[in-house]
Amino acid sequence: MAHESRSRRAGVFDIRLIIALLIGVYGAVLTVLGLGFTTDEDIAKAANVNINLWAGLAMLLFAGLFVLWTWLRPLRVPEDGQAMQQESGE
Amino acid sequence: MTVLAQADLRLDANAIDYLLLAFYFLLVLGIGYLSRRQVSTSLDFFLSGRSLPAWVTGLAFIAANLGAIEVMGMSANGAQYGMPTAHYFWIGAVPAMLFLGIVMMPFYYGSKVRSVPEFMLRRFGKPAHLVNGISFALAQILIAGANLFLLASVVNLLLGWPIWVSIILAAVIVLSYTALGGLSAAIYNEVLQFFVIVAALLPLTIVGLYKVGGWEGLVDRISGGPGGAEQLDSWPGNQLTGFGSNFLSVLGLVFGLGFVLSFGYWTTNFVEVQRAMASKSMSAARRTPIIGAFPKILIPFIVIIPGMIAGVTVTELAGENKEALLNGDAAPSGATFNDALLLLMRDLLPNGMLGIAIAGLLASFMAGMAANLSSFNTVFTYDIWQAYLKKDRPDDYYLRTGRVVTAAATVLAIGTAFIASTYSNLMDYLQQLFSFFNAPLFATFILGMFWKRMTPTAGWTGLVSGTAAAVTVFLLAETGVWDLPGQGASFVGAGAAFVVDVVVSVVVTYATQPKPEPQLVGLVYSLTPKENLRHSTTGEDAGWYRNPGLLAGIALVITIVLNFIF
Repeated sequence: MAHESRSRRAGVFDIRLIIALLIGVYGAVLTVLGLGFTTDEDIAKAANVNINLWAGLAMLLFAGLFVLWTWLRPLRVPEDGQAMQQESGE
Repeated sequence: MTVLAQADLRLDANAIDYLLLAFYFLLVLGIGYLSRRQVSTSLDFFLSGRSLPAWVTGLAFIAANLGAIEVMGMSANGAQYGMPTAHYFWIGAVPAMLFLGIVMMPFYYGSKVRSVPEFMLRRFGKPAHLVNGISFALAQILIAGANLFLLASVVNLLLGWPIWVSIILAAVIVLSYTALGGLSAAIYNEVLQFFVIVAALLPLTIVGLYKVGGWEGLVDRISGGPGGAEQLDSWPGNQLTGFGSNFLSVLGLVFGLGFVLSFGYWTTNFVEVQRAMASKSMSAARRTPIIGAFPKILIPFIVIIPGMIAGVTVTELAGENKEALLNGDAAPSGATFNDALLLLMRDLLPNGMLGIAIAGLLASFMAGMAANLSSFNTVFTYDIWQAYLKKDRPDDYYLRTGRVVTAAATVLAIGTAFIASTYSNLMDYLQQLFSFFNAPLFATFILGMFWKRMTPTAGWTGLVSGTAAAVTVFLLAETGVWDLPGQGASFVGAGAAFVVDVVVSVVVTYATQPKPEPQLVGLVYSLTPKENLRHSTTGEDAGWYRNPGLLAGIALVITIVLNFIF
């Protein structure tokens, strides 16, 4: 916890979480579309690939990995820029 | 003005697509709004005083570069020239990015130079600063025009409105977005658009390859079409450069594109360099562009290949249309290579994926244009207006000036958008601009950095004559005096600008007085203390996988291997 006094987690503003939120929502919408609402005509258009479904699943996986990454290695934003600068300005 | 009479092409978007698009902009504007209220966590995020790990700055670095101009321009290039387009990545970007990380970054990070105009002012004094400020501002407006035109062409495809109405509508959208979101929204947008673009392009490439029967199918169809099998190998790239001779073509690529244009772009482009400056140590700053180089090596596959597929499958671009466009005529269908990616999306993507693709494209035009407008604003307000025209006014005077300048810049960009619309391949337009503005800047910058005798007068005369040389080459090629069809004109222009700049600078230097050495400490390589250039190898910078030199070596090997394969 000694670390917490000098810096804090970027929390919800961590760019990885926002990326995960965006891609995750897109993935969920696409998966639902691909499962229930993509017509045979659509599939024929995309060279017989149900691209909504596959891309949706891939995006969900990607979003999951980003959440995991954020959780395992949280980003810390220093409270005091000055102190950081000295520490790293060797 | 062939583009103005564009064929009636429409993207068939439905409610789901608009919903996905709306979600994107609500998220970006919402995050921008919320994060502004918690400034310490968000603004710090990118601009904080040197506190970020290399992966964040690397991400920001590559996101700042992969805008929609790149995506649309490179796929247009892919449709027109095929694999030689990969040179823009493997010759035209990766080596320069590695050079930036290995050689230039220690200098930037150590001497704390924050922008190109700042360097010019401290190294060469006011005249060079003013010349650089004006040419930079001009370049930003011209590039903003390209962004605006592309944004308008998406609006045109969605709503079916004429291009000129779409351009004005697009300008209104960008202005209100910049006013609403502010800086923090712009920063999040820049990174997010990168992921959305990749999420749209990767499935598009896969579906496209399925459609043409895999890589072999694509090879067969390109070999049989106009342009021929030559479009499948990146070397020697005669069609791209416009040179008949293989030797000259390779020379043009390596020296013009590979050395002058790309080193000029990457080492003096502070929009990107500043991302690296925000990292928390010298080692992290050096790793930033090198980490960025890895995605850069792979991006051609999801940008150029869709372009090539569009060139053989999209009815409006394939066959006789491609042939006409390659000969410099208008295609019977009215389409241009700039439309390649949009047309392929129309043909292949179902509703849902289509919405994501549209969101990605719109978002990255916004990001690109917002970046152009804000750099123009900063340079014009502070480096030109405050420094030379209206000095010593209170701060809020300059803030108000800044707002007026942004609005005026948008109006000017509407004008340059019409210039951009006359090019059937926007990459021609952009490379042309880089040869005018970046090539001479790079020459002056690099000379001034490594040669302490170079004088202030040499600084600005070099810049002026270098730009003049590139403009002369452009006029010669344009009027047909010197026949260079492809993008060779800009490679030759860049080479000429570089050589003329160096020659003029050297001649003028020996005729004028240099600055005294104590004033140049930290600005010239040989006068910068060596300990400023070293990076630590302990703590969070320890480990072989954090060694900038080794990472750069790996990136270089991958690039060379790819050059042999393609």
